[in-house]
Amino acid sequence: MFWDEEMETLPRDELKRLQVERLRQTLVRASRSPFYSRLFKRIKLDPEKVSSLDVLKDIPFTTKEDLRSNAPYGFLAVPKEEIIRVHSSSGTTGAATPILYTRSDIDRWADLVARCMYMTGVRKGDVFQNTMGYGLFTGGLGFHYGAEKLGVMVIPSGPGNSKRQIYLMRTFGTTVIHILPSYALRLLSTFEELGLDPKEDTQLRIAFIGAEPHTEEMRRRIEEAYGVDAYNSYGLSEMNGPGVAFECPHKNGMHVWEDSFILEVVDPETLEPVPEGEVGELVFTTLTREGMPIIRYRSRDLAAVYPDPCPCGRTHRRISRIMGRTDDMLIVKGVNIFPMQIEKVLMSIPEVGTDYQIVLERENYMDKLIVRVEINAKFFEGDVKGLERLRRRIIEELRSEIVVTPEVELLEPGSLPKAEGKAVRVIDRRG
Amino acid sequence: MAHQISVFAENRPGRLRKVTGLLAEAGVNLRALTITGVEKYGVIKLLVDKPDLAYEALIAAGVPAKKQEVIAILIEDEPGSLYKALSALAERGVNIENAYGFLTHESDKAVFVFEVEDPKQTVELLREMGFKPLSDAEIAAL
Ligand SMILES: [Zn+2]
Repeated sequence: MFWDEEMETLPRDELKRLQVERLRQTLVRASRSPFYSRLFKRIKLDPEKVSSLDVLKDIPFTTKEDLRSNAPYGFLAVPKEEIIRVHSSSGTTGAATPILYTRSDIDRWADLVARCMYMTGVRKGDVFQNTMGYGLFTGGLGFHYGAEKLGVMVIPSGPGNSKRQIYLMRTFGTTVIHILPSYALRLLSTFEELGLDPKEDTQLRIAFIGAEPHTEEMRRRIEEAYGVDAYNSYGLSEMNGPGVAFECPHKNGMHVWEDSFILEVVDPETLEPVPEGEVGELVFTTLTREGMPIIRYRSRDLAAVYPDPCPCGRTHRRISRIMGRTDDMLIVKGVNIFPMQIEKVLMSIPEVGTDYQIVLERENYMDKLIVRVEINAKFFEGDVKGLERLRRRIIEELRSEIVVTPEVELLEPGSLPKAEGKAVRVIDRRG
Repeated sequence: MAHQISVFAENRPGRLRKVTGLLAEAGVNLRALTITGVEKYGVIKLLVDKPDLAYEALIAAGVPAKKQEVIAILIEDEPGSLYKALSALAERGVNIENAYGFLTHESDKAVFVFEVEDPKQTVELLREMGFKPLSDAEIAAL
């Protein structure tokens, strides 16, 4: 069941002691980098004297902007010849930021990814097809090294060329696949074109689909169509890449490997910790990284921590799905609202179709939140009474999730533009 | 028993035109039409000569539509005839939910169309009282 039983089930108090010791070592190492040596001098921090995690709240957050403006070597904490690999963030916003790895960093990273894969049931003898992009992006090579560490046969197929993907799957008897969830669904039409049923005509049993945000419903569709267990995962290149948090067989939240990362969850506005269980911005500190230790990194990803222990026996806390990015956060009537919260409510109501739109307006200096939803034609009962009941139900369920009472408009299916990402779904007219 | 088609439509220009356009294309003739509107949307109720065809055409075009049982009775086009029919139903505790009417080509008759909770039982009642609830075929022939 466990790749590293002792570490995965370490009692919380021992885990905390380990974190304190590793944090001290990390701060000592970090103080050798130009960025943190300046910072620690400024805040008069002596890393050798650190004896508690409380020290963290005296250290300023590190942001993407810090990484960018100190690139490429401002965070380097070892002699440059110790670096054997560079990756970089995808750079969707602004310039890419390089992440530098020593041999030990690569080893530890591979070990964490192996731990994740093993947790979901991958074993020696499995055949692993990695359809993620190789290169500077961490998703491809991260899983590649993890799978090799675990000892499975890796097919480094990379992305694209659907017919070849299916050919490889069938030729080598792929049992485990790493695939974008949207691509997994698109690939079904190629299976159909070839007259093949992925459930019958492949040996797939496990899929890793964490590389992009997806809904629970998408996971179920992939699981049913392919006859696999599909697992969500979370990682960011600033914290190695994949392997930061991963679902166990209970598929209820992702365990964050707290022997390797300190996790804090903060309110992105006030930067104060949020009460446990509430959505906030994930903040990470590396605990074993040598080449480029990063302290209190603001990930801009929003999620909640599940406070209760997981039935699988692992003591490392779990986080929810990523609910969005801090950049997506809306402040309505002083309340923080994430579009993902609205989406979650809407997707749980079968009478609601797939497309929706969030409109913000200001009327007499008051914020107005309007949620426009397409109805699902299948559930139309033929009268206004039923529709009004549905409208009131949507308002009620949204209010209990986001606190603010929205206006809800019912729309005909197909009347909204197909959303190609989150931006299209939110229209802020408050100027 | 007769059938009407209910259609969900947003309250913006061109929606009714779209629906009637789809029906015309399918070769369906309208007998009567009402719209129940709330602020931003409404439900259009259509009585047509070919309800099955109308329903299929609308669904195929992705329009939220529903085929519903409805009661249509012929009444004399003269003062008091609707009152007579309604009183008879009220006495028997039948609650009329959504009603509309139209004149037939024979000018001495009108058709009264309405929804009730239990259409089958209401049809029985009406028959006992001497009214003749129309079928889809009879409505088509009007
Ligand atoms: Zn677990």
